[in-house]
Amino acid sequence: MAKKTAAAKRVGMEVSIAVSYAVQLARAEAIAAYPITPQTHIVEHLSSLVANGELDAEFVNVESEHSAISTCIGMSAAGARTYTATSSQGLALMNEILYIVSAMRFPIVMTVANRALSAPLSIWNDHSDIMGARDIGWIQVFVENGQEAFDHSVMAFKIAENHEVLLPIIVNLDGFILSHVVEALEMVDQATVDKFLPPYVPLHRLDPRNPVTMGAFALPEIYTEVKMNHQVTLTKSYDHILKVWDEWGKLTGRQYHPVERYRTEDAKILLLIMGSLAEVAEIAVDEMRDQGLPVGLLKLRMWRPFPFKDLRDAVNGAELLIVCDRALSLGGVGGPVMSEVRSALYPMAQKPATLGYIIGLGGRDVNPGNIKDIVARAQQEASQGPQEEFHLYGVRG
Amino acid sequence: MTTKFRMALRKPLEETTWQEIELGGLLREPGSARAYRVGDWRSQHPVWTKSRCIRCGVCWTVCPEPAIIEEPGGYFDMDPDYCKGCGTCARECVTGCITMVPEEE
Repeated sequence: MAKKTAAAKRVGMEVSIAVSYAVQLARAEAIAAYPITPQTHIVEHLSSLVANGELDAEFVNVESEHSAISTCIGMSAAGARTYTATSSQGLALMNEILYIVSAMRFPIVMTVANRALSAPLSIWNDHSDIMGARDIGWIQVFVENGQEAFDHSVMAFKIAENHEVLLPIIVNLDGFILSHVVEALEMVDQATVDKFLPPYVPLHRLDPRNPVTMGAFALPEIYTEVKMNHQVTLTKSYDHILKVWDEWGKLTGRQYHPVERYRTEDAKILLLIMGSLAEVAEIAVDEMRDQGLPVGLLKLRMWRPFPFKDLRDAVNGAELLIVCDRALSLGGVGGPVMSEVRSALYPMAQKPATLGYIIGLGGRDVNPGNIKDIVARAQQEASQGPQEEFHLYGVRG
Repeated sequence: MTTKFRMALRKPLEETTWQEIELGGLLREPGSARAYRVGDWRSQHPVWTKSRCIRCGVCWTVCPEPAIIEEPGGYFDMDPDYCKGCGTCARECVTGCITMVPEEE
C-alpha cells in the first residue's frame, strides 16, 4: 500500500452494502433489479437509498431478471448511467439479453454475486453462473475481497462509459463469502469520486429530435463485420481498463493488475485462482514457502478481455501451473479457466505443465490445508504424467 | 424508389468493412430495409383478373409486406421488388379474382 488520501476512512461494513454505496457514489441514475440470494442486500440497500432521497435515481422494480436487464437496456438507451445486480439463476434468466447489451454497446454496470446453478438447488458460492455467461461480450473482472469489490464497482462505470469502450461490465464477487461478510473497508468520499468519474455522456441515445434505429436486423453480408467490430473493441478495452486502474491506484494507493502475483519470485510451482479463494491460497503459499517449497500464486482478475500477455509473462520460468477452477465444464475438459489458460499458454516454447483442479463447488469449503494437498498431488501427478484430464478435488467415492 | 433508398445507404453492405460499422450496429438513416428486395425470394406472383375485381382493397389490407400498390382507377397490382409471393392476397380476395402464377425460369 502506497500513500493514502486524506479522505480515506476505514469503516466496518457488509460488502454488499459497500457495493451499493459505491453505486451511490458513482451517482447511478437508473437501476432495475430483481432480488436473488446472495445479491439481495445490494439492490435492497440501493432501493432504500433511492426511496430515502439519498440517491437521485430511477429504481424500477421488475418481475424477473429477464425484465431487469431489458429495462436496463431501455434506460441506458435513454442515456442514463445504469446499474443492476444478479446471481446464479437470475444471470441465467438474463442470458439472451446479455449478448444484446454488449452488442448494442450499452455501458451497463452489473455486479454478479457468484453462486452455483441448479439442480440440485444451491444458494452457495461457485463460479458456474458466470462461466455460463462467458461469451456474452462484456468486460468481466473478479474481485477477491470487500475492498476490491468497492473499488471495482466505482471504476467499472469509468471503464464502461469511455467512448472508446462503451461496453457493459460485470464485477464478479463470491456470493456469501464476500457478499455477506463484514470487512474493514476504506471508502472514498463523494468529492473524490466526482472528480474521478465525470457524468456519463452517451455517444448515442434515444432522442426524438435525432431518431436512430437501435438493434436492427443484419444480413449475412454484414453480421461478421459487426462481430469483428465488437471483438476488436472488447480486446482493445484492455488499455482503457489499465488506465482507469492506474488512475485509481494513484488516487487511493490500491493498484490493480490483470494478473495479480503473490510470492511468485523464483516460483517453480504456481497456483492460479480467481476470486476470494485466492486469500485462502495466500495462507497456504506462505506456509509452503516457510517449508522451502518454491510456490507462488497468480490471481486472474481480468477475465474478459483475456490478458494473454500478462498471463504468459506471469508463468514465465514456472515448471508447474495448477489452475483451480470454481466451475465444471460437464463432459468437457474440466474447468473453463484451466482450459482457457492452457490454450493461452500453448504457443509458448517453454511452458509449465498445466493441471486442473476443480474446487469449492456449491459452497464446499476450501481451507489452506486443501490447497497444500492439491499442490502435493499435482507435484506427484506432474512427475508421473497426468492420469486424468482434471480432478474434481475432494469428491467422495 | 428502391434505387433512391439504396443510394441513401452510406455504402453497399458487401463493401462495408468492420471498421465502418456504426456503434452497436446503429442505423442513422431511416428506411434502410427498403434496400433489401425481398421480391427476390418469390417463386410465384399474384395476377388480378380486373373483370372480377370490385376494388375493395382487401388484398392491399392483408398484404404483410406491404407490396401491393393501388393503381389509378382503384385497381391493384403487386410491387415486384417486395412481393414474396406468399399468396395471402389470393387466399383472402373476396371475389377470387387473384390467381397465383409460378415465376418463369
